[in-house]
Amino acid sequence: MTSSTTTLTGPAAAAAVPVRRHRSAGWIAVAPLLAFVALSFGAPALAMLGGAFTARDPATGATSYTTANFAASLHGAYLTALLGSVKLSAVSAGIAAVLGLLLAQAVVTSRFRALREAVLTASGVLANFGGVPLAFAFVATLGNSGVLTRQLGLARHGWDLYSFWGLTLTYLYFLIPLMVLTVTPALDGLRSQWREAAQNNGATGAQYWRHVALPVLAPSLLGGLVLLFGSAFAAYATAAAMVGSSVPLVTLQIADAISGNVLLGQENVALALSLDMVAVACLVMAVYLPLQRRSARWLD
Amino acid sequence: MTDTTLAVPLAGGDGHRTRAAGATVEFRALRRAFGATVALDGLDLTVRPGELLALLGPSGCGKTTALRMLAGFEHPDSGLVLVDGEDVTGVPAHRRDTGMVFQSYSLFPHLNALDNVAFGLRMRKVGAAERRARAAELLELVGLPDHGSRYPHQLSGGQQQRIALARALALRPRVLLLDEPLSALDAKVRLTLREEIRRLQQELGITTLFVTHDQEEALSMADRVAVMRGGRLEQCATPAELYARPATAFVAEFVGTMSRIPGRVVDGGTVEVLGRRLPVDGEAPAVAGGEVDVLVRPEAVRLSHDPAGRARVVATAFLGAVTRVTVTLPGGTPVKADLPTESAAALPPGSAVAVDLPDRPVLVAPRAA
Ligand SMILES: Nc1ncnc2c1ncn2[C@@H]1O[C@H](COP(=O)(O)OP(=O)(O)O)[C@@H](O)[C@H]1O
Ligand SMILES: [Mg+2]
Repeated sequence: MTSSTTTLTGPAAAAAVPVRRHRSAGWIAVAPLLAFVALSFGAPALAMLGGAFTARDPATGATSYTTANFAASLHGAYLTALLGSVKLSAVSAGIAAVLGLLLAQAVVTSRFRALREAVLTASGVLANFGGVPLAFAFVATLGNSGVLTRQLGLARHGWDLYSFWGLTLTYLYFLIPLMVLTVTPALDGLRSQWREAAQNNGATGAQYWRHVALPVLAPSLLGGLVLLFGSAFAAYATAAAMVGSSVPLVTLQIADAISGNVLLGQENVALALSLDMVAVACLVMAVYLPLQRRSARWLD
Repeated sequence: MTDTTLAVPLAGGDGHRTRAAGATVEFRALRRAFGATVALDGLDLTVRPGELLALLGPSGCGKTTALRMLAGFEHPDSGLVLVDGEDVTGVPAHRRDTGMVFQSYSLFPHLNALDNVAFGLRMRKVGAAERRARAAELLELVGLPDHGSRYPHQLSGGQQQRIALARALALRPRVLLLDEPLSALDAKVRLTLREEIRRLQQELGITTLFVTHDQEEALSMADRVAVMRGGRLEQCATPAELYARPATAFVAEFVGTMSRIPGRVVDGGTVEVLGRRLPVDGEAPAVAGGEVDVLVRPEAVRLSHDPAGRARVVATAFLGAVTRVTVTLPGGTPVKADLPTESAAALPPGSAVAVDLPDRPVLVAPRAA
């Protein structure tokens, strides 16, 4: 996902001082890397772009230029799925960012080193614990006949794992650890002198967070939020294993279109849907980058 | 809250602030332990209104802990902190009415210099125009009127500490606290900033506690110096008195340079040293056999060229008008002596010299191991 690579341009990268003298030599050094990136990312992107605007006549096999795939990808069930993905990603990323920040802060200020190590190690594992195993774990515990669902009688209270909120909860399971990993170094970077200087200048605890800690953390928090959004937006296996198509998601639609589960000959619509996802990612970046620049202005 | 006090002009002009000559600060029997480490072990100390008191002592003797208790960042296990006779031990840090300058890196990184200085005013809901004006005034006061729009990382270490000082003064605290504010700076900046802090402090008449482990800094800036050791007060006196009449051997050796010369207490009040008998200053320590060290300042030691002398010059260090000559006594004990530079020229390393002391009471201490 494009968004996950950009989160690395956080405070640390922005604080780096550009070296001017050996610019030409520098370019030569990165040229192979650039070529590799152009080939490995550019080629599929071009193929996707081409495919999205092509129609193939099933009878003759002839291809022609068309915007019909696009139009289709932004209508009906496909549009619902795209919006569903955006909503699910935004909501789960938002919740995970808040909870992850709180958890990371608790860990950072804890006097117990072992707790800190344990939480960070667990986060490293759980942040990558997506896909089928995660789905299975949730089905077994919180599914219709899951252990907790039955023991606590959750169904009576309207609980349904195979719903928007069920899926959100499942995503939180790997998004919160991801946020903890992202924001812990930033929290470690908050100096105790800043808190004390704020208190010394009459700030209450809340005022310290509002006027010092959060503004200083803002670049990292924004970066984390985008990373979480991207991670949720691109997730496929968890949702596929868990809900089938009971919650409309764009990644599920793409898979269906490619495999021809629902209709045959939808490969090019799948490519158009992929392009829609890229467009959403670009939109997110368009909102994120200026915010990021503003919040990190003091780092230049 | 204290918005009324903020209406008074800061400093300079006719508004020279004479706020009843600052506040009195008292530490009473302060104790604080961190696990097995006793940081403060019954500290008693009174800071007079408007004075600059330096807390001096070796690293780890509890200076910072004492300061942080006054700022409210640290709480005593027992004992009291009084400001103008009022117990502030239970007052939270954000209502303590102290201004603190930290050792380094305490400016808010996301705010420029002006906003850093204005931070406290903003917390107190002072209007934007008013707080900008006041912050600008403070920047002027610390000599950085044109640096308001710089961010901390665009300022040198010395400039950052000036801004931190302006920020500490912004709310017109009753007490100014400085915790080794110069120790991260290079020597030249340290000297100018030292003078400037002193000038400002006197101009504002603000009661100030200045923590340092640098005796020269303490002696040159402070009205009085409190020497601490192991969480207790060893002696609190003016720099001159501290130097001339140290109350203990620890103070004598920590403040200024001291040499130890082996001697022997012959009766309660006399010590035999370098073949002479001198009166003991204060009480002689009760030591088995009377084996003691006599403590002498380099300027009190007299050297004379003497081919029969049993001491040898081992090194000389040019200090300007005086030269510090190091000699060793027959037992190998090093002794430092300050001589006028022209007479030291006659004593190159290797010379045989005689060592003598003036006829004055001397400090003695138990023999060093
Ligand atoms: N927060 C703390 N936790 C544990 N030990 C501390 C803490 N603060 C200070 N100490 C210990 O208390 C002693 C005095 O510390 P401090 O007041 O900082 O000394 P100084 O400023 O004179 O160097 C030291 O031994 C230090 O290690
Ligand atoms: Mg200290």
